[in-house]
Amino acid sequence: MTVDSQGTATAGPQDAPGRAAGKSQTPPPSSGPKEVLQPPRGRRSLPSGVLPYLLVAPALLSMAVLLLYPLIRNVILSFQQLNRKEFITRETVWTGFDNYTDLLGDGDFWTVAVRSVVFTAVNVALIMAIGTGIGLLLNRLGKKMRLVLSLALMFAWAMPIVASVTVFRWLFDEQFGVANWLMRTLGFSGYDQHNWFETGFSTLVIVLILLVWGSVPFVALNMYAGLTTIGTELYEAAKMDGASGWRTFWAVVFPNLRSFFMITTFLEIIWIFKAFAQVYAMNLGGPDRGSETLPVFAYIEGVGQFHYGVAAAISILTIVMLIAVMSFYFRLILKEEEEL
Amino acid sequence: MRTRKPLTVAAVAKNLGALVLAVVFIFPVYWMFSSSLKPQHEIMTKDPVFVFKPTFENYGTATGVDLFWTYVTNSLTVTIGAVALALVVALAASFAIARLKFKGRKGIVLIVMMAQMAPWEVMVIAMYMISRENDLLNSIPMLTLIYFVMVLPFTIWTLRGFIAAVPVELEEAAQIDGCTRGQAFRKVIFPLLAPGLMSTSLFGFITAWNEFAMILMLNKEKESQTLTLWLTQFQTAFGSDWGATMAASTLFALPVLIVFLFLQRKAVGGMTAGAVKG
Repeated sequence: MTVDSQGTATAGPQDAPGRAAGKSQTPPPSSGPKEVLQPPRGRRSLPSGVLPYLLVAPALLSMAVLLLYPLIRNVILSFQQLNRKEFITRETVWTGFDNYTDLLGDGDFWTVAVRSVVFTAVNVALIMAIGTGIGLLLNRLGKKMRLVLSLALMFAWAMPIVASVTVFRWLFDEQFGVANWLMRTLGFSGYDQHNWFETGFSTLVIVLILLVWGSVPFVALNMYAGLTTIGTELYEAAKMDGASGWRTFWAVVFPNLRSFFMITTFLEIIWIFKAFAQVYAMNLGGPDRGSETLPVFAYIEGVGQFHYGVAAAISILTIVMLIAVMSFYFRLILKEEEEL
Repeated sequence: MRTRKPLTVAAVAKNLGALVLAVVFIFPVYWMFSSSLKPQHEIMTKDPVFVFKPTFENYGTATGVDLFWTYVTNSLTVTIGAVALALVVALAASFAIARLKFKGRKGIVLIVMMAQMAPWEVMVIAMYMISRENDLLNSIPMLTLIYFVMVLPFTIWTLRGFIAAVPVELEEAAQIDGCTRGQAFRKVIFPLLAPGLMSTSLFGFITAWNEFAMILMLNKEKESQTLTLWLTQFQTAFGSDWGATMAASTLFALPVLIVFLFLQRKAVGGMTAGAVKG
């Protein structure tokens, strides 16, 4: 999903990494976990020649022009001095690794980088813990209650990112926000006109709540779908052995859903780390640039401060960090493949 | 776990917990919708009003804003254009990947997988420079093309799964009955792909509808913006008229909520089919 973005309802792509390359016959996305389709059948029908290349050419071409080329341009830009002056006169000034050395020697960059990493880590840990908990709960609920909770989760999941950011700003409004009312009702003082966006930290806490709220449904509902694939006899065996709930989780549920946990954690890391709309639209990276994460930092450096070259370098560093996470993930996938 | 006979207390706690969670998760959505129906004076209260006489005046304000219908048109053009283009291009590619044997097939599968993870949010600067050089800033076609490539990889990926699930025998049978390969595809496979095409295009729709970073960077002229930007600029558009803002958010979210609830079973099942089996 997406969505994507986030977090959001950007749901399509997620199934992809699960089916590693090379595995050709996998059930279609529509098939629920229960109806695993026919066993792999040998690939037949092979009139090759140029036809396959003609068929994939448009896709490859458009990805090359609109994805690969911008990526390469990004790298090139990051080696240029491209500030307001060069931007207007359109001259090209090469500065080698200056943007990188400046950034890496700059305290601000490290502040934002560390903030991004910590923010992502806390977020993903919370999302996974809460999502898993709710997934387990869904599995133990009666039919009606399960439907009620699933529907609620579904609504949170489906909210478009920008709409949910807007709603959260309203919930945490200084004067008329329901959050301040709730705090007062619960007996906390000082929440008459509390400004939740007063510091970068508190702004990020609101963003965190938003991201957790929007991401947990994905984990919980998929976790539940995964749980339904585990046969009840395993639980019964565990119970006969006198295992506690906690023990059962680690002995039965976790090993069975290991790849689910891996893939979901990985996807959440990527989504949260590069989340832009949620952070930027919440408070424009403010106050005082205090809630900037790396993608927002790059945007504000570039567009707000006219440091396009530096911004490109920031985005390259962000991509490098993402690639580090991804390569770790691809290694895991490959290892899983070998074990099978 | 579930096999243990629940104690009554445990059962109550379980259901109560679930109910609280349900309320927590639905609340922001409910609050958006209910606020959108509140008259101005019921919005501007320190203590929230839960019972009120609904009014549609906020929707009037939200849709009455300058250029509203331009934003709607732009949003629909960009989204539908991107998805339609992606479907056509992806159908060809995924058919080749799923059905044909050729050199470099695995490489292409790998490229598609990696492209799915493209950090678009981070590439806005380069995209801006490229667009500027080619006079494509504030251009609806350019935005459509970008969204098209954004949704292309997962469109290929999901369609590939759907095509692979159609038994080859059906195609062969059609060919034995005298169809050409192309006809076999059109008459046999294509109809069977309908659900697949539908759910992939809906996912694409949601992605494009949601996009924010690119349009924020590339389309600064009001006439070329979409509902996404319109919504983030509510502060300037409506002052601090939260009723109208919530009406706008509701209008923006509604298509997606409907679409999503409509395909939720596919969504959940589809995403885990690969992941959970391990």
